Amino acid sequence: MSLTAVLIVVVAAVLIGAFGIRVSRTTSDFYVASRTVSPLWNASAIGGEYLSAASFLGVAGLVLSFGADMLWLPVGWTGGYLVLLVLVSAPLRRSGAYTLPDFAEARLESMTVRRAASVLVVLIGWLYLMPQFQSAGLVLREITGAPRWAGGLLVALVVAVNVLSGGMRSITFVQAFQYWLKLTALAVPLVFLLMAWRAGGAPGLSPQDAATWQVPLAGGKEYALYSTYSLILATFLGTMGLPHVLVRFYTNPDGRAARRTTLVVLSLLGAFYLLPALYGWLGRLYAPDLVRTDAVVLTLPGRMVGGTLGDLLTALVTAGAFAAFLSTSSGLTVSVAGVIAQDLLKGGVRSFRIATLMAVAVPLGLALQARALPVADVVGLAFAVAASSFCPLLVLGIWWRRLSTAGALAGLFVGGGLACAAVLVTIVGGPYEGPANALLAQPAAWTVPIAFVVMVAVSFLTPHRVPPGVARTMVRLHTPEDLNLDRGDWRPRSS
Amino acid sequence: MSRHPAEGAPHEPPRPQRTPRMSRRAQRPPDEPPRRVAVTSPRTAAARRPRYPATREIDEQTHLGEVYMRSLLRTQFRLAMFVCTVLGCVVCGLPLLFLLIPRLREAELLGVPLPWAVLAGLIYPAFVIGAWLYVRQAERNERHFADLVERP
Repeated sequence: MSLTAVLIVVVAAVLIGAFGIRVSRTTSDFYVASRTVSPLWNASAIGGEYLSAASFLGVAGLVLSFGADMLWLPVGWTGGYLVLLVLVSAPLRRSGAYTLPDFAEARLESMTVRRAASVLVVLIGWLYLMPQFQSAGLVLREITGAPRWAGGLLVALVVAVNVLSGGMRSITFVQAFQYWLKLTALAVPLVFLLMAWRAGGAPGLSPQDAATWQVPLAGGKEYALYSTYSLILATFLGTMGLPHVLVRFYTNPDGRAARRTTLVVLSLLGAFYLLPALYGWLGRLYAPDLVRTDAVVLTLPGRMVGGTLGDLLTALVTAGAFAAFLSTSSGLTVSVAGVIAQDLLKGGVRSFRIATLMAVAVPLGLALQARALPVADVVGLAFAVAASSFCPLLVLGIWWRRLSTAGALAGLFVGGGLACAAVLVTIVGGPYEGPANALLAQPAAWTVPIAFVVMVAVSFLTPHRVPPGVARTMVRLHTPEDLNLDRGDWRPRSS
Repeated sequence: MSRHPAEGAPHEPPRPQRTPRMSRRAQRPPDEPPRRVAVTSPRTAAARRPRYPATREIDEQTHLGEVYMRSLLRTQFRLAMFVCTVLGCVVCGLPLLFLLIPRLREAELLGVPLPWAVLAGLIYPAFVIGAWLYVRQAERNERHFADLVERP
């Protein structure tokens, strides 16, 4: 039954992708379509694209394994939108940028900074895609016993076909529907699980778990305080630098709507993230053998409810998980492929096709090769890279006039470079002994401050490299659209 | 209407059409003090009205326009920093509280362990309320700015 559910989701995604061709194709279609979309739908679409396998499966798995300290992960993934709201959302929409490289070009008036941003977008996108494919393999193995590579390959193929046929990207309603599907797929089974828990006499945790697992900073991981703070920094500041999130902000008609949409996103994510922690808690009670497997969400309905109802609920959860893989992977692939085609290849349809294959193949290869890390941990690394490269670029670019081209470049290079190096060392080698492991597995606490310091210091040293049009750009970024002001004539290159 | 002889001299800039009164004044001998005139309108109105609307000051990047822009940026940045500071205190304070006051880790709120009640529940509505207050204030700041620069 679960396999049927997966097939339905996959076929639906392909069909929608195929019919999406005729709906809309270009940036401006995307833009025009947005005029008819309310903030609620827009926010649902952002939520649908944002809630990946890491949220759907990973959080519950990590909570089950490591306890209360992991509750910070969904808190950070939601709180990141609050930081994004106050520092970035309206100015970013007003900049008119369609991608992060667009913003870099608009603000710093430099093609070199644009290219550096493009490379980072690709790296972050790959890092984010890899665990999606890994989790797909896990889920398919769970329901059919297929080898681990099969699920990843299936999702990669569907995504590639989908993106190549031109669908998925612009259909706000499809992405919006994905959010509600994911919410339902977690919430409905949870109701039955809680009913089963009550019917079973509402048991509590074992005394040992109640003393350590349930308590923050009380065991589980080494250097828990450092890791907690580093995780908080990475998630709160990394959200604004995710490539597939930014594109969705473009669908808001103006900066004011962008703020309101972010507010709704925050509510939707808050509602969703109430659920995985409960799964983790119930999992600790009923399935403590699933430590470090990410499988708790899929397994619990079968174990706790059982029978036909259990099968149905498992099918629902599995469908939700596949929806999570497909929506996040499609959004990421489109963003990554767009950037590869436009900034690293020659541009045009042929380049976009090659770029799509590159965007999917590299993370798929990584997913098959790399050691199996928990999905939420790898996604956490992607956040760390985003927080130490794009966060300083966006925050300083929007609020600080004296940011120079050289400063931005140096900050992206040092911050992004250090974070990427830490990630690479963690994924390929590791785990390491002692404090080095914590420092490398959660690099944000040291890479983010370094990136900010480098960007500011180099900007002070190179005042002559401050872009000449900065005053006009500031008008563009910060003034409400209904004022009749000269905002310059920069436009993003159509993609 | 007669012309003063000096006016035709080449070093004089060409003048637009003059009123009869202007030419009469030009005919006055240089040592006589200027004729007194009654001021019929208070100067205050003239002083308060800027030469251009402020949007044009901003467009032409005059000093005044820069002042307007800096004031907008500063207000919005202060608001953003305020929210971020409160958020930072809450988010960074919680682990510290749990570390320093072990009793808090095991306290319970309505039967739920306190850390779970906060981190897996209460913090989300708090985020939404904070965001809502921010959006309200940021839009208010923008309205003030619009009123300021669009005032006739």
